[in-house]
Amino acid sequence: MTLLDDSSTPVLVWTPGAHGPRRDPAPLLPDPEPFRMLGTEAAAELDADLLRGLYRRLVLGRRYNQQATTLTKQGRLAVYPASTGQEACEIAAATALRETDWLFPSYRDTLAAVSRGVRPVEALTLLRGDAHSGYDPYEHRVAPLSTPLATQAPHAVGLAYAAQLRGDDLVAMALVGDGGTSEGDFHEALNFAAVLNAPVVFLVQNNGYAISVPLAKQSAAPTLAHKAVGYGISGRLVDGNDAAAMHIVLSESVEHARSGCGPVLVEAVTYRLDAHTNADDATRYRSPEEVAAWQAHDPLTVLERHLREHGLLDDTGVAEAAEAAEELAAEMRAEFHTDPLPDPLSLFTHVYAEPTSQLREQAAELRAWLTADAAGAPTAVPKRRR
Amino acid sequence: MTSPATNAATMTMAQALNTALRGAMREDRDVLVLGEDVGTLGGVFRITDGLAAEFGARRCLDTPLAEAGILGTAVGMAMYGLRPVVEMQFDAFVYPAFEQLVSHVAKMRNRTAGRIALPITIRVPYGGGIGGVEHHSDSSESYYAHTPGLHVVTPATVGDAHGLLRAAIASNDPVVFLEPKRLYWSKDEFAPTDTPVPPIGRAVVRRTGASATLLTYGPSVPVCLEAAEAAKAEGWDLSVVDLRSLVPFDDETVCAAVRATGRAVVVHEASGYAGFGAEIAARVSERCFHHLAAPVLRVTGFDIPYPPPMLERHHLPGVDRILDAVARLQWEQ
Repeated sequence: MTLLDDSSTPVLVWTPGAHGPRRDPAPLLPDPEPFRMLGTEAAAELDADLLRGLYRRLVLGRRYNQQATTLTKQGRLAVYPASTGQEACEIAAATALRETDWLFPSYRDTLAAVSRGVRPVEALTLLRGDAHSGYDPYEHRVAPLSTPLATQAPHAVGLAYAAQLRGDDLVAMALVGDGGTSEGDFHEALNFAAVLNAPVVFLVQNNGYAISVPLAKQSAAPTLAHKAVGYGISGRLVDGNDAAAMHIVLSESVEHARSGCGPVLVEAVTYRLDAHTNADDATRYRSPEEVAAWQAHDPLTVLERHLREHGLLDDTGVAEAAEAAEELAAEMRAEFHTDPLPDPLSLFTHVYAEPTSQLREQAAELRAWLTADAAGAPTAVPKRRR
Repeated sequence: MTSPATNAATMTMAQALNTALRGAMREDRDVLVLGEDVGTLGGVFRITDGLAAEFGARRCLDTPLAEAGILGTAVGMAMYGLRPVVEMQFDAFVYPAFEQLVSHVAKMRNRTAGRIALPITIRVPYGGGIGGVEHHSDSSESYYAHTPGLHVVTPATVGDAHGLLRAAIASNDPVVFLEPKRLYWSKDEFAPTDTPVPPIGRAVVRRTGASATLLTYGPSVPVCLEAAEAAKAEGWDLSVVDLRSLVPFDDETVCAAVRATGRAVVVHEASGYAGFGAEIAARVSERCFHHLAAPVLRVTGFDIPYPPPMLERHHLPGVDRILDAVARLQWEQ
């Protein structure tokens, strides 16, 4: 601010400076209704190969969710938070990014990781319980699945900033749910990304519930996409069950960030058709009518209808996609058929770059017990153990 | 502590820390500094003074005022290969970043089976004795030391401030670097380029005596040295061990120093109950039991929230309380 003294009375005038520029929020505002492509006239112009590719990915994604859920019933997975009904969001997160870009998923986003090339058995290691993270994050540029919600969002900002500092061309995408938007880290990540102008896309999959708590108890914002305006970045609202719309909006957002125009917050309106996890009972907090309404708007149904109506898919195409999905499911069953045998002594290996003397002592203690157990009788250690 | 080198200069601990940061940033383009007020201002304690001018605002980054965001952003930077040095403005301002620290910084190497290392240095001005108002004088070291995956170090001398900070920045593990803020203005003659960087994890015996051993770290080291001088009048010749590194813990140096005297007192500012001194006392008792002539005693801050500045002198362990504890080490037996 400056004091202008061009009249007898000093007037305080707002100028860009320490107090920051005032900006018109209008260009940042999301559309009033979720952006849709499928079923609209504009959809007729869409590239047929793109749509068929999305369809095949959706079919694979659905089968992946079904198979992972089955694995929990067979005791092969400790728990599985399915993304059934949200597959369009998950696969679009992968299709919108380049190979050199980074994805920062939460625990519900194993399908997005798999869609980027992570093997299902490695993506699901956390949920099988033999290791916290089963894949090499640098191989497919997929950060470890984050269980504390939205805490990986600032990591996306830092990585994108670091890449920018080195002159590398990449975009980081962070995946958050509607519940996660209430976390402080979500706010801090958006604010940091905006202030640093870091190339980050935040994708919020608003599936209506944070376990049992509906959005109305989570946020009073007009939409979650409107939160972007408070940070001075663009908000986009999109139909999360419309795979074409998801791909287009995320691709545009990624390129917006890549071109230096700043981060973008995308809210995808979708629905979790399954319970929170296999351990949850969703009938306690939502009605069968509500679920049925969303089943009618299933992303797979929506896309298949569009493709058939436009003559882009026939029974052969459906059968081919189903066959590929069965191959994926068979591969998952085969990989999960054996019991993993994690090495107990690996517990001490990666706490630090070099184990401390205390950890070396503790590892030796455990090794002695394991040796005694293997020998059938305690030898190196007293028998008082049990 | 005094270097015979020709380029030795007298500097404060604050200047030594600044010198360490500057040196690390000059040698390695991947080192960057971020935090509140670290850029234009040079930090509220001026530890980052001049860094933005020399290395640019993008390598000495004034961040928004949000500690979880600062540390979380540093995690992403480190994932990409940078070596971020985070400044937390005051001890009690770390708490908003606690989830990032415990759930990500400390665990990332472990949860990714060694694939992601996080070479992050988290600088925390800590401790009392500077007349700070509420939330500016905490000693929160035991929270960090209790979290596997973090290294926790704290210097007590000007030379160690420089050397340990260089070691922390060079480390491939996250290091919580606790800076005793009441020692920021302590001075010593020191030659940064000729002083070897001490390895993280080694304690040092600051004073060797035969009667009893004081085990301490950070801001309490000078207090213990003062107590050791005063103890001479009582006929006690005290050893003083400066831990320097709380994690990893130097059992070897500590136990050797305790066995040499058979008596030990642990001294720190933080509250005693479930404090880091309890760990020291337990380790010494477990490992030196047959060498001990008396139970290991602790002289610590009381089990109270940090007091207002006009009362802090009653809370902080001083020479008299330390000597009282030494007197209770069962000399009559």
